[in-house]
Amino acid sequence: MASQLIIARRKIGNSIFVAFCWLGAAVALTFLALILLSLITKGLGGIDIKIFTMDTPAPGSPGGLRNAILGSIMMCALAMVMALTIGVLAGTWLAEYAGQSLYGKVVRFVNDVLLSAPSILIGLFVYTILVAPFHGFSGIAGAVALALLAVPVVTRTTEDVMNLQPSALREAGVALGSPLASTIRRILWRASSTGILTGGLLAFARISGETAPLLFTALNNQFFSWNLTKPTANLPTVIFNYALSAYDDWQRLAWVGAALIAFAVLFVNIIARTLARESRRS
Amino acid sequence: MTLAIHATSKEKRRGGALDPVFEALCAISATTLLAALIGVIVSLLIGGWPAFQKFGLGFFVTSDWNPVTEVFGAAGPVVGTLVTSVLALAMALPVAFGVAVFLVEFCPSVLRRPIGVAVELLAGIPSIVYGMWGLFVLAPWFALHIQLPLMLAAPPGSLLANLIAGVPNGANILTASLVLAIMILPFIAAVLRDLLMTVPPPVRESAYGLGATTMEVILSVSLPYVRRSAIGAVMLGLGRALGETMAVTFIIGNSHDFPKSLFDSGSTIASTIANEFNEATGAMHTSALIALGLVLFLITFAVLAAARALLGPAKTV
Repeated sequence: MASQLIIARRKIGNSIFVAFCWLGAAVALTFLALILLSLITKGLGGIDIKIFTMDTPAPGSPGGLRNAILGSIMMCALAMVMALTIGVLAGTWLAEYAGQSLYGKVVRFVNDVLLSAPSILIGLFVYTILVAPFHGFSGIAGAVALALLAVPVVTRTTEDVMNLQPSALREAGVALGSPLASTIRRILWRASSTGILTGGLLAFARISGETAPLLFTALNNQFFSWNLTKPTANLPTVIFNYALSAYDDWQRLAWVGAALIAFAVLFVNIIARTLARESRRS
Repeated sequence: MTLAIHATSKEKRRGGALDPVFEALCAISATTLLAALIGVIVSLLIGGWPAFQKFGLGFFVTSDWNPVTEVFGAAGPVVGTLVTSVLALAMALPVAFGVAVFLVEFCPSVLRRPIGVAVELLAGIPSIVYGMWGLFVLAPWFALHIQLPLMLAAPPGSLLANLIAGVPNGANILTASLVLAIMILPFIAAVLRDLLMTVPPPVRESAYGLGATTMEVILSVSLPYVRRSAIGAVMLGLGRALGETMAVTFIIGNSHDFPKSLFDSGSTIASTIANEFNEATGAMHTSALIALGLVLFLITFAVLAAARALLGPAKTV
């Protein structure tokens, strides 16, 4: 009798637990579906040709996001060039030269901290070193801030991928009489290229939506401009300013901008994941 | 043949000379990372020093924030940061745990990959999108369907009435925490799922073989198996919530007073910096904001370092 009671209690407890897990998944997926739904109805619905051909308007007049899209692309591209250069070299150092040395461990730890450091603090730092001394906000400062956010991602993936390469590859290079530097560049980097590319894409996805570090570095610009030494328009800041404004048409543009960024990020993430899966399979 | 030998020997000489250069380049790049972190700390210390010097400990325990008279006390934003992050974690963790267990144990195998990938992808959506959704969709709904009815129903003077006092516009500490929770949920769920996947099948199967229910297997076998890493994952989620700027700035209401109730508007360190840094007029205002940044850095650094110590090095792919 007592044992039956215990069994019944365990069964009921288990049913509650199972229901709780199903409910959790349902709640999470509902929220996420709601967000995507808002993006699609309020954002994608507002996309027309003007978004890409006209610049950010004054309230009440027609306009688009051309200058902000260009600014964002330029800054992200510049940031990725810097981040890939430094990140791949730093990751290579960690994988091939650092070993278990103390300095190697310190750099690894520092990289992990930077990987999840609050992005607004990176913005403050870049403001202090690049904006305040030169008395001016600039797209270059924005790109440096974004690069600082992307480097840890690239470094980490590069190190991970290179560690996965079989040591037979290194030995083969050395056996051919090639110096270590050539072995790394010609053999290891080539073998790791898919993985490094994946890391680069993930880093790009991460920085393309970052807003906080751009607020005090790139600032914003109402006009169409290729000049990165001056304040530069960018999508995240435009979204931030327009969403908090009181004008309907500005808020509509903010939704369009948010949808553009969100779907671009989703797209890049999907490519990165597909690449990662392909390379794991081969 | 001779040509090839000639070419390789040339390559060898050139490469041999390049070897130390290449290693130095790599080492310099690695050092850049260290320099960046030290630079962040030093610049925050130098920039915030005047404020620390002028206000001393009072900076942390008073909540007057007045740029006109140049009196700054950071208790409001600091408490706001801690309260929103902890509330967000408290709301996100049970749901994230449910999602992770669901994906590992109950999900039909056809749906496992799509739902798993969806959760991972949503962890990558920029925070400004979550912030906008909170401002335009969640806040009005919350004000109309939860805040107003609650305020009308609560007996005046009761504990509940005190907890929910505030302007019913949906921009308050609780909704900010809710948006934060939705934002960190996919992240925590994805990491927890990966951790639960690492439990070796024989361990789980032997528990099932002893007649344990699913709940008992998860709570008494799987979870203890990954306990250390799971705590690390949770701390990592907390670190994200603490440093998050945009999702919160949109919806917290931006008031520097010490938050008195859940439905009161408040501010976090990150939202204060984002809102005021460009408009800061006096040197002391700027310094106070940078000092806030240093406080945020120290809090997140402690949380992240603890998370890493428990979790081991980060994985990105």
